[in-house]
Amino acid sequence: MSTAHSNAAKEFLKNQTYAKWHDATFWAVRTKRDNMAYGLDEWEQLREKASAIKRHTITHLDEYLDQFATKAEENGCVVHWAKDAHEFNEIVYGILKNHNVKKLVKSKSMLTEECEMNPYLEQHGIEVVETDLGERIIQLKGQAPSHIVMPAIHLNHNDVGELFEEKLGSEKGNHDPTYLTYVARLSLRNEFLTADAGMTGANFGIAETGDIVVCTNEGNADMSTSCPKLHIAAIGLEKIIPNYDCLAVFQRMLCRAGTGQPTTTFTSHFRKARPTANPMHIVLVDNGRSEWIGTPDHWEVLKCIRCGSCMNTCPVYRRSGGYSYSYFIPGPIGINLGMLRNPQKHSGNVSACTLCNSCQSVCPVKVNLGDQIYRWRQQLDKFGTANPQKKMMCKGMSIVYGNENVYNLVTALAHWANLIPSPLINNGLNPWADGHKMMKFPKETFHSLWKKGKVK
Amino acid sequence: MSNKDDILKRYRANVKEKFFDEQSGKTGYDMPDLSDIKATTYSNPLVQFMKMTEMVGGQVLEVDPGRDINALIRELFPDAKEIASNLPEIKIATRNPDTVDCASDLNGTDVGIIRGEFGVAENACVWIPQTMKEKAVCFISENLVILLPKSQIINNMHEAYKRIDFDEEYDGYGVFISGPSKTADIAQVLVMGAQAARSATILLMPE
Repeated sequence: MSTAHSNAAKEFLKNQTYAKWHDATFWAVRTKRDNMAYGLDEWEQLREKASAIKRHTITHLDEYLDQFATKAEENGCVVHWAKDAHEFNEIVYGILKNHNVKKLVKSKSMLTEECEMNPYLEQHGIEVVETDLGERIIQLKGQAPSHIVMPAIHLNHNDVGELFEEKLGSEKGNHDPTYLTYVARLSLRNEFLTADAGMTGANFGIAETGDIVVCTNEGNADMSTSCPKLHIAAIGLEKIIPNYDCLAVFQRMLCRAGTGQPTTTFTSHFRKARPTANPMHIVLVDNGRSEWIGTPDHWEVLKCIRCGSCMNTCPVYRRSGGYSYSYFIPGPIGINLGMLRNPQKHSGNVSACTLCNSCQSVCPVKVNLGDQIYRWRQQLDKFGTANPQKKMMCKGMSIVYGNENVYNLVTALAHWANLIPSPLINNGLNPWADGHKMMKFPKETFHSLWKKGKVK
Repeated sequence: MSNKDDILKRYRANVKEKFFDEQSGKTGYDMPDLSDIKATTYSNPLVQFMKMTEMVGGQVLEVDPGRDINALIRELFPDAKEIASNLPEIKIATRNPDTVDCASDLNGTDVGIIRGEFGVAENACVWIPQTMKEKAVCFISENLVILLPKSQIINNMHEAYKRIDFDEEYDGYGVFISGPSKTADIAQVLVMGAQAARSATILLMPE
């Protein structure tokens, strides 16, 4: 009865020390978020506004996209539209080829992960260097991110130290995070200075001004665009917001919700290329978004600003890690995005939820994440991904719970099951005995106790 | 049909189909009123700004009237060899971001000195529109010094986004900077100085 997620989580849980650290670390981030939220009397009002702005914008996105693109072109930017991941990759490669780019430095972009851009460009002979420290670590390690804001959270300082010894020639045995960060700084500095182009994602696009807004703590988006002569910005359609007044609401919430900081160190507004560089290119990417808006039960995921707070708080994410999910974005938002992308492939994730709804209680834009996961579960049979064992059990339960007499008989007789020898019942064939012993059924039912007045 | 038309047409059709309300004749949700946001303000924004600057890992100093700013920066960074700035009052600069051949010539800058327009009390953000040919100076320098008029401290980001403006000459870029570059990507240990400046010093300038 195990799902793909729970099977993968078994691997994660083999290292109990790390699993406990992971859980505690994310709970600490959640606590930092709470302190930030409680520090502003208007926090809940901001969430209301943020959600309402997004609802409005997403349901009028065609107008705002047009306004954004027109403005950006007026500013002197070249605007491209990509229908899907493949087209996005082709467009980016085309721009790089036209500018004879050999090396591309890039800041963190979940969109380029979504489109699997790096391997595409590498196949075409472009060297791609991730410059967010966490992304750089997993790139050197040949891994995928395990969290959207803290991509290398599955590695400890010894893992990174050994990796840097091998890849960056750091001192043997010196695994101090400050030292390792410095080693990466020197190495990346060289990459910034020798790259032919820089790429950023976008946290927001501003329709009224044509600005691309990027939030980082490291300053890597700014380094990526301050030295190379070409800047390409990749942005998903849903990241467009109307104006600066709206941006103020999201800027205040993004980092407080995501990492528990009052702001990111850098909030950068790119309107056009710097005077000594080639015109800036902006690639707007659809890749399913124009279809998702037409799904009444699930369109609200388009409100997401990718802060990561839903995974930080999720009791299942905290205890199973990013790699236990089949979609590249884990946690509650990843479960939902994966199902929109490919329900057959990602149904294994929908069980990774206790329906506690902690995610939607902390979501700064009030995406109804838990409700949506519940809705996906109701549709598994339609996708052909419902678990046959669970289906059978549900049928059985509907017989038991659907008829009073059957229910009373079964509960009255249940204690006979206590007589079954333990090895026959506490084994791998019984999914209820997985991870714990089977319960003992009471001799007398609650129903009967109540009737006899034994329950006070 | 172009990609743009194709994408927008599909989007529009889906919105129309799912969000058209026959009774009101409207499609989708209305824009909320943002004027009633009860944003936090501070009785003394300057004190809050200084507190937050330190909290985000920056240093902040109030410069007394009449104080020689060049001498002060020298005192703060006695070992600095390469100092980059295009500000007219900075006489100790060895490099100028307006006249370097290319941005990478600014690499190896020990101290970069730039001007901020205003500071935000709630989160220590300083608004820095690009006012130099190579904005790299704001990031590539080992230590960043921001000269900020002491009188220009506002409460929060709502006020900030009402007043930000780009430079007339360099009208393509502006950034809020709050403290030094930082990361916690290795085992969640906070380290100052990831890819940009390793320290940020705000000098609060008198009128």
